[in-house]
Amino acid sequence: MDFLSKFRERSQTPMVRLLSLIARVLFAVAIPAIAFYVLYLGFLFLRDSEASRGTIALVAIVWGVGGVAILFWIFNSFVERMPAAWTARLQPFVFVGPAIAILTWYLTLPALRTFWISCFDRNGPPAGLSFVEQISSNSFVGLDNYVAVFTERLMLEAFRNNIMWVVFGSTLSVAFGLVFAVLADRSSYEKIAKSLIFLPMAISFVGASIIWNFIYEYRPAGQPQVGLLNSIVASFGGVPRAWPQWVEIIPWNNLFLIVIVIWLQAGFAMVLFSAALKGIPEELIEAGRIDGANEIQIFFNIMIPYIQGTIITVWTTIIIFTLKIFDVVWVMTGGQFGTHVIATQFYRQSFTAGNKGFGSAIAIVLLITVIPVMIYNLRQFGKQEAF
Amino acid sequence: MASVTYEHVYKRFGDVNAVADLSIEVADKEFLVFVGPSGCGKSTSLRMLAGLEEISEGNIYIGDRLVNDVPPKDRDIAMVFQSYALYPHMTVYDNMAFGLKLRKVPKQEIDRRVKEAAGILGIEHLLDRKPKQLSGGQRQRVAVGRAIVREPNVFLMDEPLSNLDAKLRVQARTEISKLHLRLGTTFIYVTHDQTEAMTMGTRIAVLKDGILQQLDTPQNLYDRPGNVFVAGFIGSPAMNFFEATLIQENGITYVDCKDFRVAVPEDRASTYKPYLGKEVVFGMRPEHIHDPDFPPPGITPALVPGKIEVTELMGNEVLTYFATDNHTFIGRFDPRTKVVIGTSKSATFDMSRMHLFDKQTEKAIR
Repeated sequence: MDFLSKFRERSQTPMVRLLSLIARVLFAVAIPAIAFYVLYLGFLFLRDSEASRGTIALVAIVWGVGGVAILFWIFNSFVERMPAAWTARLQPFVFVGPAIAILTWYLTLPALRTFWISCFDRNGPPAGLSFVEQISSNSFVGLDNYVAVFTERLMLEAFRNNIMWVVFGSTLSVAFGLVFAVLADRSSYEKIAKSLIFLPMAISFVGASIIWNFIYEYRPAGQPQVGLLNSIVASFGGVPRAWPQWVEIIPWNNLFLIVIVIWLQAGFAMVLFSAALKGIPEELIEAGRIDGANEIQIFFNIMIPYIQGTIITVWTTIIIFTLKIFDVVWVMTGGQFGTHVIATQFYRQSFTAGNKGFGSAIAIVLLITVIPVMIYNLRQFGKQEAF
Repeated sequence: MASVTYEHVYKRFGDVNAVADLSIEVADKEFLVFVGPSGCGKSTSLRMLAGLEEISEGNIYIGDRLVNDVPPKDRDIAMVFQSYALYPHMTVYDNMAFGLKLRKVPKQEIDRRVKEAAGILGIEHLLDRKPKQLSGGQRQRVAVGRAIVREPNVFLMDEPLSNLDAKLRVQARTEISKLHLRLGTTFIYVTHDQTEAMTMGTRIAVLKDGILQQLDTPQNLYDRPGNVFVAGFIGSPAMNFFEATLIQENGITYVDCKDFRVAVPEDRASTYKPYLGKEVVFGMRPEHIHDPDFPPPGITPALVPGKIEVTELMGNEVLTYFATDNHTFIGRFDPRTKVVIGTSKSATFDMSRMHLFDKQTEKAIR
């Protein structure tokens, strides 16, 4: 009997598969499509209404949230009325399908389109031509933009700087975060210390950059130095200078920018490490002490391996931050003085220089660089949950 | 090998005395068990010896050496924790070798000792595994193995069996006892389980509220409990207690429990004489309360009438719960008994095994 039912199942498979595929795609596309249409109708209705702004906002919220909820409810009850086997096949797609469809629309298609643009010259694919005509047009340059990405002097500089960002930014953030976490854990001012170190996290990258601009503020020699760093340097008899613009030490002047991200991210790292450290069972540390380990050996042989998962997760998260770094560089130097990074180059090429193809190629390279770190990061998250 | 001495040791947490005036001398190769209910200070006593808690007052010696200010790693002790505290990122082998590596023991020697300990405990096949891949019983063995390889002067064990299931616990109990015989090292063991204490210890220290109640061999603790607490703590089911008055009639001394009275054996009457007319606590273990139809030979019987409330058939015995007007008590009856719940029946107290305590001080009257 068991064999028979299996056989029947299998004999039905191709047809059932096709049908369920169609139904799944239908749900995935239909739900957001209807939702957008309903929302659009609501928009038109509200746009022409004379009601007060408060009422309009309230109606919009109720209309939007309620409308989507009702939509899901209708589709769900529709699927639940189907035979059990079909309910099981389709129900997940009522909920996940729209998310996938919207993600495809907003993320995957733009990414593919960016790649498409990156195969053309500065003006992008010529409009009004068919696919074949576009490829055979003079604007189509194939992978030439990518060759340029990896050979152009400013791009190479950007890659070098980005590597510095990744190496110093993430490593030092993790190292400082860890040290702060361990020290704060043993301090009687734990809460205050941790709050102070975590506080910069609340500041945006742009805000932080402006704060650090004040710290690096430079006045010509002889005038009173209003920048914190320069006034300290001057009081010790040093030479005040505009630190991030210090071109003689390129590429090391990048470190003056990287410090800002360390200042922001060390607090984030510290909070996560601190939570992980508190999760180490006290008996484990005591076992180490009895086994003959001193505090440093306990730190490296027991505590660090115990929170290894958290360290890797934090590390990769900051690596992703630093790979995509843009705001700090843009605000502090605009990419001058040998401080360009991939993202600032992308912005400059796409929007300042108006070179669509080249800019798109840079964006794709950045995307491809981030993806493996992202995957590793997600896996690590998954592992921790399983642990 | 070393002796251990607690000398008027105190541990205070704020105003609370977790341990008060603890003085114990543990001989070399002895198996001492700290037992008591939770919060009695038994773990704290062990942790002070391990160096994991500071001593508020008093001295602790390992051998002849005062160790009050010696860090744990220099005390030459090994400890098995309740949670086993195995390093999760290390294999079983590395867990056992960790302490030796830190002490810079040569590699061959580490290998020899780890393999030998693994052989003793039967965990050779687990050496490459991580703790996560082990069962509770296996983890417990690894924790013991980690202590063995160190070849310490004193073994400390903090409730090492409480995370095992009942059957495994019985098995592990005998294994630890065997290990003690084989290694010939001083063991100090903490448990809340009086059965573990009775079966494993050469001597038992019973603690309550941080105060040592009695320090004695298992047999003496059972036969001659020093006070009401020890009498009630050792033995299962616990000893029955009756509030009573000691009276004398026609030259015979009686324990008068209001709704019944039982005669004190003649050989004890003189001991109890000073308490005549005073309030006392009368104790009788369930195993010394018998079915009148099946009295064992050689007892000094006294009949106590009562009503049977509950019976629990254990197979080898029947736990019979009696009620009188003012008291309830349990007897361990012969399995052939024909007691019926709800009926009235007498129980036979073996008065030669009676216990009597001063009601004020709760100390045994001897």
